[in-house]
Amino acid sequence: MNEPEKNYLSAGDTVKSWLLTTDHKRIGILYLLSILFFFVIAAFAAALMRLELLTPQGDLVLSETYNKLFTMHGVLMVWFFLIPSIPSVLGNFIIPLMIGARDVAFPKLNLLSWYLFIIGGFFVMHAIIIGGVDTGWTFYTPYSTAYSNSHVIEMALGIFIAGFGSILTGLNFIITIQKMRAPGLTWFRLPLFIWSMYSTSLILVLATPVLAITLALMAVERIWGVGIFNPKLGGDPILFQHLFWFYSHPAVYIMILPGMGVVSEIITCFSRKKIFGYHFVVFSSVAIAIIGFLVWGHHMFVSSQSIYAGMVFSFLSFLVAIPSAIKVFNWTMTLYRGSISFEAPMLYALSFIGLFVIGGLTGLMLASLAVDVHVHGTYFVVAHFHYIMVGGMVTAFMAGLHYWWPKITGRMYPEKLGQLAAVILFFGFNLTFFPQFVLGYLGMPRRVHDYAPEFQIYNVLSTAGASILAIGYLLPLTYFLWSLFYGKKAGPNPWRATGLEWKTSSPPPKNNFAETPVVTEDAYNYPPLNEIGEHENA
Amino acid sequence: MKMPEKNSNVAEQFEDAQQQSEAAHLGMWTFIATEVLFFGGLFLAYFVYRHFYFHEFVIGSKRTDVLFGTINSIILLTSSLTMALAVHAAKENYRRQISRWLLLTLLLGFSFLVVKGFEYHKDIHDQLVPGANFNPALPAQSQIFFWLYWTMTGLHAIHVCIGLGVMSVMTFLARRGKFSAVYRTPLELAGLYWHFVDIVWLFLFPLLYLVQRHS
Amino acid sequence: MNFPIFPKEASTTAAQTDHLYFFLLGFSAFILALVFLPMLFFLFKYRRGKKANRNFANLPTMKIEITWTVIPIFLVTGMFAWAAQIFFDEEVPPANTLEINVVGKQWMWKIQHQEGNREINELHLPVNRAVKLTLASEDVIHSFFIPAFRIKQDVVPGRFTTEWFQPTKIGAYHFYCSEYCGADHSKMQGTVFVMSPADYENWLAHGAPKNTLAQSGENLFRQLGCSGCHVNSKAVHAPPLEGLYEKLVPLSDGTFVRADDKYIRDSILLPASQIVVGYQPLMPTYEGHISEDELLQLIAYIKSIGNETPPPNP
Repeated sequence: MNEPEKNYLSAGDTVKSWLLTTDHKRIGILYLLSILFFFVIAAFAAALMRLELLTPQGDLVLSETYNKLFTMHGVLMVWFFLIPSIPSVLGNFIIPLMIGARDVAFPKLNLLSWYLFIIGGFFVMHAIIIGGVDTGWTFYTPYSTAYSNSHVIEMALGIFIAGFGSILTGLNFIITIQKMRAPGLTWFRLPLFIWSMYSTSLILVLATPVLAITLALMAVERIWGVGIFNPKLGGDPILFQHLFWFYSHPAVYIMILPGMGVVSEIITCFSRKKIFGYHFVVFSSVAIAIIGFLVWGHHMFVSSQSIYAGMVFSFLSFLVAIPSAIKVFNWTMTLYRGSISFEAPMLYALSFIGLFVIGGLTGLMLASLAVDVHVHGTYFVVAHFHYIMVGGMVTAFMAGLHYWWPKITGRMYPEKLGQLAAVILFFGFNLTFFPQFVLGYLGMPRRVHDYAPEFQIYNVLSTAGASILAIGYLLPLTYFLWSLFYGKKAGPNPWRATGLEWKTSSPPPKNNFAETPVVTEDAYNYPPLNEIGEHENA
Repeated sequence: MKMPEKNSNVAEQFEDAQQQSEAAHLGMWTFIATEVLFFGGLFLAYFVYRHFYFHEFVIGSKRTDVLFGTINSIILLTSSLTMALAVHAAKENYRRQISRWLLLTLLLGFSFLVVKGFEYHKDIHDQLVPGANFNPALPAQSQIFFWLYWTMTGLHAIHVCIGLGVMSVMTFLARRGKFSAVYRTPLELAGLYWHFVDIVWLFLFPLLYLVQRHS
Repeated sequence: MNFPIFPKEASTTAAQTDHLYFFLLGFSAFILALVFLPMLFFLFKYRRGKKANRNFANLPTMKIEITWTVIPIFLVTGMFAWAAQIFFDEEVPPANTLEINVVGKQWMWKIQHQEGNREINELHLPVNRAVKLTLASEDVIHSFFIPAFRIKQDVVPGRFTTEWFQPTKIGAYHFYCSEYCGADHSKMQGTVFVMSPADYENWLAHGAPKNTLAQSGENLFRQLGCSGCHVNSKAVHAPPLEGLYEKLVPLSDGTFVRADDKYIRDSILLPASQIVVGYQPLMPTYEGHISEDELLQLIAYIKSIGNETPPPNP
């Protein structure tokens, strides 16, 4: 292939060529820019909250403002950053390349997904600008339906619409993976990222509609003034929680499974080895997706659900830890007799494993009924899910972004700065969130804007950590932009990785491959290594 | 079997018409799975409250109009038949019959909505809308029944409207001779969707109109 | 600035929960070591450019995988059982508890003692005595959380929930609302004072309430007109309430229901849904006409006449 060949970026540079594109790669870029926008706003809300919590008194913002800040932070981060992060950005860009397809199965639907996402985001932003919402991202009834004086309906409408975007993305990925694989790419030759995205998509398609109907019921009840969650009529506010968590617990796996897929790609590439126990890693993804649907009640151990239901949900929640543990063990064993190098993606992947294991182990504590009774609704829970979502998913997203950045842009990011940012993020993250475990066990409730003075020291530590975290996020933003113009040309395969996405030029041509590739070997089939870790036939 | 030039109906990303058709069908089934869970939340709520307030649900369901409900069930079932006949006509390449059956389906779907409209009118007149004006002769918790009645039938009616929109496009395309035994995927998918809407009604009808009969 | 690392431990449950928590901390440290020591070792030993044996290792993958799948399943089952055991104990109150009512509303806690003493955002208790709280909410969901007792229960509108504990140390401890409930959620907190039994009696007497909770309930029973039908009325036929509490009541649909707090609550607020056999559904609903405190007082009254025999049917 000759050099200035038309790639997907140079195939048209009008605004229209972007806004009406059906190219999965361009749609991935559109998602990247839009989730970045939401991330910055949600991070700003977090920064204000951390500043407020420096002192025990509520002196920076009013309590009403604080409540709106954490609602906004939660809603934007969960639905407009984390859920679309790896699936919609990297998934869109990489899945067709990885399976040797020219595009996703339904490119127009793919564009529609993005528009639904943007329209939903518009409603949510509008609700925030005209005064915000103070229910928390969980919208618990009857507070949301009968007591809150904020723009609940508009916010719920935004999430409802964006939810359909998620569903269509999931549907598109399922069909693409089922029907569009290159010749020879059988199910058990698929890269693990594809398996994890397939499991994620199943959750997107089967759980998101339940969220949609739940929010719709909540909104109708708020408009109508009567409804089924209202205890005044004999309705049950706990039913809302069941329906909400039936979506929102599997949603946690939407936020972690893709991360696990990315880490599997990177661990193999930077240790130059086949993954240990491929089939077990595959089945653990599917097992997480299935068991993940059966554990929602662990959010409700103290909600007055029956103690026997609590026990069943507790046991299933312990079980869902097993497949995650299997993945961690397999990643560790993959390193054995590998040839390990420590470029930024690998540092992020290793930091993912560390933070995810801490998140998982504290998850076991939360699954333990008696301990949960104490720490439910405290900062312990806040710390736990940030370890999974930020320590896990955001770290994995950063890992994937660095790993595929050369493929996406054709340019290398500056390696030393990349490594520095990964280390800063790891320390900043732990300093921010580890003290919150201690706070939680001490009994500091979450969602409070002033607190008892004895909790102050940990809040100060946490805020200090958050400022380091902020630097850790600004740094990659800066050097990624820099690399677009001044980065070293990457070439098709800078990491010498296996996988079809590296077989085409960087950035890839509009139709991905000049010729449909044919697959003849398993995933991660790296050649044997010599004593000092070079491939023998290289 | 090498095709020199791809059929104009095959989109760029697909290898051939068969792959496209399989992908489209799987897509529709996946979409229906989503829809099942969308209605699933409502059905769950229905069964929970029916268990709590069975007595009030019986009283409530006696106030819904079985006559309208039965007429509408017959109308929708018939429309499923005409839809199936439209797809069958395409399969057998009776191209002129396709749009005839589709028009009939459209007509039946529309009459469903008209009947539903009359029924809603009667319900409002009978003060069956939960809230301040709810019929004082009924126990308070039967409002939960009617809340579900309005939400479930309302959501179903929205789906019928979407179905009518899809069907109008299909009729338009059929009249322009777009469908044949070779290319009929959109028609089959519209049919799948329409049967799904029909089946949802077949669950709603006994749950909302006939509760007292199996107590 | 203080540097507390562990909350005060002031109830029987707290000790049990902490044992489990310490075990889980130890277990987590063990797992961290088990995963990360080998990982760090591999990262060091097999870093690129360093001489090492990197020949293909023919490991028994299946055996290894099954080992690290099955062993964790047993481990987590054990942890589950331990945690569930404590949970069961803390959810099921023992007999002969000191019963206190707690009503949450935006944004305060109102507490009623059986002796009639009332307090707001303070809760006085005797040490070493099992206490059962009956929790109700006037508006949204709250959660009653006493960190020093390691105990928490959501307070859900439309129903009663309960939590029990046995304080073991005299002292003052925070309690919080731990379910977000609106603007001043963070202000919805207070202090538990655990006192010696003598001090507690003193405190009760010092409050010198006019009526006990049951007496207040009896007054309400007359004010709201309940007595008009439920006491020996000739005009209206209504079931008598003497000797009712905790007995089985036959319903018109052929089932039986135990006349506990929940049943009495439902009968006052949703009278049409459970009709006693042989009676007409005549009672109007009191939904909207009665507060949660008053409901709890009425129940205290009905409970206080739970051992009397009903008068003969007129």
